[in-house]
Amino acid sequence: MFLKEYISDVVNGVSSLLKGMRKTGYYFTHPKEIITEQYPDNRATLLLSERFKGEVVMPHDANNEHTCTGCTACELACPNGTIKVVTKFEFSADGKKKKAIDTLVYRLELCTMCNLCIVACPSDAIIMVPNFEHSVFDRTKLTKVLNQPGSKIREGIE
Amino acid sequence: MFSLEGITTSVQDWLFMKFNPTMALAMECVIVILLSISLFALLGLVLVLMERKVAAQIQIRLGPNRVGPGGMFQTVADTLKLIMKEGLVPDKADKLLFNLAPFVVMMVGMLLLAPIAFAKNFQIWDINIGVLYISAVSSLSVIGILMAGWASNNKYSLLGAMRSGAQIVSYELSAGFAVLTIVVLTGSLQLSEIVKAQENGWWIFKGHIPALIAFVLYIIAVTAETNRAPFDLAEAESELTAGFHTEYSGMRFALFFLAEYINIFIVCAIGATLFFGGWMPLHIGNWEAFNHIMDYIPSSVWFMGKTFFLIFLIMWFRWTFPRLRVDQLLNLEWKYLLPISLFNLLLVAVIAILGWHF
Repeated sequence: MFLKEYISDVVNGVSSLLKGMRKTGYYFTHPKEIITEQYPDNRATLLLSERFKGEVVMPHDANNEHTCTGCTACELACPNGTIKVVTKFEFSADGKKKKAIDTLVYRLELCTMCNLCIVACPSDAIIMVPNFEHSVFDRTKLTKVLNQPGSKIREGIE
Repeated sequence: MFSLEGITTSVQDWLFMKFNPTMALAMECVIVILLSISLFALLGLVLVLMERKVAAQIQIRLGPNRVGPGGMFQTVADTLKLIMKEGLVPDKADKLLFNLAPFVVMMVGMLLLAPIAFAKNFQIWDINIGVLYISAVSSLSVIGILMAGWASNNKYSLLGAMRSGAQIVSYELSAGFAVLTIVVLTGSLQLSEIVKAQENGWWIFKGHIPALIAFVLYIIAVTAETNRAPFDLAEAESELTAGFHTEYSGMRFALFFLAEYINIFIVCAIGATLFFGGWMPLHIGNWEAFNHIMDYIPSSVWFMGKTFFLIFLIMWFRWTFPRLRVDQLLNLEWKYLLPISLFNLLLVAVIAILGWHF
């Protein structure tokens, strides 16, 4: 009985090791599997994962309109004060007072790319994009205003 | 046809013609020393690069590819860097032992080079107890490692050295038994005899299953003896920073690094000699024509090919298997490898006595 267990131990051990070696041997003999990106050389054709989080941006459409309502949900969600929403009041066509954003200040140097602001945003006004070349010589350049100058909220977004 | 034997004979003839025998012998010694040192340096460069390339390929990476074509000169650049670096000696280290240890480790590698047959009739020292000499000298490397660990006056170093000691002492047994199976089959301890016995087929084919088991045991045991992953407990980066060579820097560190690769080369060369016929070309029984074609490939190419195949195998292990714990390591040796190798030796003895091998 003991001997049977012993032999099956050895056989199991050897077969599982061989399974691992088969996998690595496959990788060794198939250079096509190599996933290394030779970054500065292939900047034009760089492949980045969809999930890669590099920077928060606010997408604007052709009419220079965004969907940010100025609700400050992102500012509240941010754990380290990266986003600061400055709101203003606008008067719509029928004379009603409406809250809107003046500027949405984003401080990249504080951001940890935790994605909580994106999750918190009710109108999908901000998204994460896979930019990673953030090096600058002046730290103040990392403080960005996300809404473009002259932009306004798209019609129908409450 | 190219052969190293022709070169050595002509050099010897020329030396003995020009000088008196004592002088000629002394000059031959110098030549041999120079050759072995340059072989060491070359092997260090080639093997480190090979390891990095193999590792990269296995881990779906590219590996060094910036210095020279395809990263060929990466290790040369690394060596230059190590030569330039300051060799720091810790304040409370045992200075003599600390400085001596890398040289002891290197010396063991150099001594082991002596009985290896690199090609047909191309051997530094063909002693009749070659296998015994190898197994005796190879265990000396533990002294160098213990010296390094003790002299560093560092707990990581000492722990690494003690682990290495325990490991080498235990795995030597199964390596010895694996070697013994071939000695039993051949009936000789002389490496040239062992190679000659494989003229009609390598032992790994002629010796049936026991030789195959012995080969697997040998590879496992020498992987442990050379302190390589999955048995690299002596340096275990995640636990002991760098184990016994934590405190070493500059050229002294490079010597340890080199010694590791030299040891791999030597154990693989011995494994190739014992199980794959050393420089003997692939011969199959009485197929005269086939054997004749195989003879056209120079014996040094055969030897290097086999050795590098085994080195690749050991590298493949290293980049596939996770590291063992100390208790698992000793369990593997004392509960599995040793009983299996004892039983295997018995089996081989029966086969050799009854003449069941080819």
